[in-house]
Amino acid sequence: MQAAISVRNLTKKYDEGAVGTLALRGIDLDVHRGELLMLMGPSGSGKTTLLSIMGCILAATSGSVRVAGREVVGLREKDLPLIRLEHIGFVFQGFNLFPTLTAGENVELMLDLKKASAVKANKRAQELLDQVGLGAKYGSFPADLSGGQKQRVAIARALAGDPEIILADEPTAALDSHTGRNVMEMMSELAHKRERAVVIVTHDSRVLSFADRIVKIEDGAIAAAEETEMVPAGLLATNLPQAAVALA
Amino acid sequence: MPPLAQRNLFHDKVRLTVTLTGIVFSVVLIVVQLGLFIGFTTATSNLIDHSGADLWVTSKNVPYVEQGVAFSERKLNQVRAVEGVADAQKIIAHWTQWKRHDGGQESVQVVGINVDDAMERPWNLVEGNVEDLKRPDAVIMDELYKQKLGVARVGEVFEIGGYRARVVGFTHGIRSFTTSPYVFTSFKNAQNFTKMREDQTLFILVKVAPGANPEQVRRALLDRVKDVDVLTNAQFSHMTTFYWMFTTGAGVAVLIAAVLGLIVGFVVVAQTIYATTVDHIREYGTLKAMGAPNSYVYKVIMKQAAISAVIGYVLGMIVSVFVVHGSEKGGAAILMPTSMAVGMFFLTLAMCVGAALVSINKVTRIDPALVFKG
Repeated sequence: MQAAISVRNLTKKYDEGAVGTLALRGIDLDVHRGELLMLMGPSGSGKTTLLSIMGCILAATSGSVRVAGREVVGLREKDLPLIRLEHIGFVFQGFNLFPTLTAGENVELMLDLKKASAVKANKRAQELLDQVGLGAKYGSFPADLSGGQKQRVAIARALAGDPEIILADEPTAALDSHTGRNVMEMMSELAHKRERAVVIVTHDSRVLSFADRIVKIEDGAIAAAEETEMVPAGLLATNLPQAAVALA
Repeated sequence: MPPLAQRNLFHDKVRLTVTLTGIVFSVVLIVVQLGLFIGFTTATSNLIDHSGADLWVTSKNVPYVEQGVAFSERKLNQVRAVEGVADAQKIIAHWTQWKRHDGGQESVQVVGINVDDAMERPWNLVEGNVEDLKRPDAVIMDELYKQKLGVARVGEVFEIGGYRARVVGFTHGIRSFTTSPYVFTSFKNAQNFTKMREDQTLFILVKVAPGANPEQVRRALLDRVKDVDVLTNAQFSHMTTFYWMFTTGAGVAVLIAAVLGLIVGFVVVAQTIYATTVDHIREYGTLKAMGAPNSYVYKVIMKQAAISAVIGYVLGMIVSVFVVHGSEKGGAAILMPTSMAVGMFFLTLAMCVGAALVSINKVTRIDPALVFKG
């Protein structure tokens, strides 16, 4: 089956004056629909850079990145928004909701980008908020929502474009463990029941149990990648018998 | 489209107030300065534009109507003899001194006409009758200058150029560009008031016969009447306006003030919209991450500018209407024709949209990675 995202020999170099920084070195990675992949690694390892390139937000220096079967490396800057709009939904650590729009209007914004009519956008936004359990909060502003509610609105917004790929950067970092778990259950459902390809960058060891695969990034390269079975006690803050990672 | 532009704009009320204040200031300043310009322009050529004449015969090289040079009134017969001339009348327009009851003196411009003829009659009479100018020593002045000339009512007697003058009527809205009001009287009285010889005149006004070509008549007059210039009404009007507005620099001064008003408005709007854009930069980055093309983001910013422009324009015009209305009783009229009010709307819109372009550059260069910063 064709991968939703396929990365081959990906390199990213930041030019900083006379000295350049190699943020990613020769990354090879496939992400399939129906899979929840977690990218882990210390700060500065290149996880967010990799996510940004997969999300067509940053351009690669060299290599290949195919999104929904389409090569995106080398595309013109003005062509990338369409790729994102058609195929990718984002969930951010800081939620990134528009504070002056209601929860419903935040979701409608994505539908407006997809050129849905106002009536259809309103209806679909209500459906999506119902699906994440926030139908009653349609008219609430983000300032009136809890952290978990905001993240659920963000997930609804990410789904509004009906993307096959969901990219999430530290989606539980700003949440307590209970709320974070709820959000991860939702992400897991997106992957396993709605057949999305879900990629999550995280430091949060509490959520490893939700991963189908964990990829460890160190110094811009993949240090380890393994299907999850059992998680060693030393890796997790709490023992979660359902998930594990075997490091090479 | 969800109301992102409107919500962002009205979210910060202090900043919105600053933006609108800048636009209102700009609108009012531009309206006042352009209104003064139009008022001045109208006032400079009032006498010529309302003359009812097609052509003006003047001494050689007279640059504007207040600078007439006397010539022989015998040329009137020569003018009347030219084919295509339906009517010709002698006119005086010249400065002299008006003596108030308190002994003070004011400079006035006496306009001496043939009362039986239609050309150069005073217009917009609110009291009295033009025919009253046939009475001895009769003068008609504008009610705007009552206080300046010490006049309270019709019938009062004053001294002009050492001669007796009786006020027989008032007009409304006949402004002089200079500080010297127009005083209409008979040609004979005007000769006395301005100490002009009986055989002299300053101008001859010509009415061209129906069907005759004014330019051909003008050339024929130049051929037949020696040592004069013959100008169309429009030419003389333009020359007079140009002298007062540009040669003296008065017009340039008001236009510069109008341009300054535009610059102030532009700068204020550019600064506040830029500040708003910077405040919301993360949102714009998120919009782009969601897949919005740059044009979508530009539309949000431009919409903010357009909304500010409309509100600022309406408020500015309300203030301007009061200012214009208040100027009606003053020496300098501020005129606001409908075309100017409409033009101001588009100018205000262009100013605000142009100012917003400063922010466009900012959002075009958004660092995409900022959306991932917590």
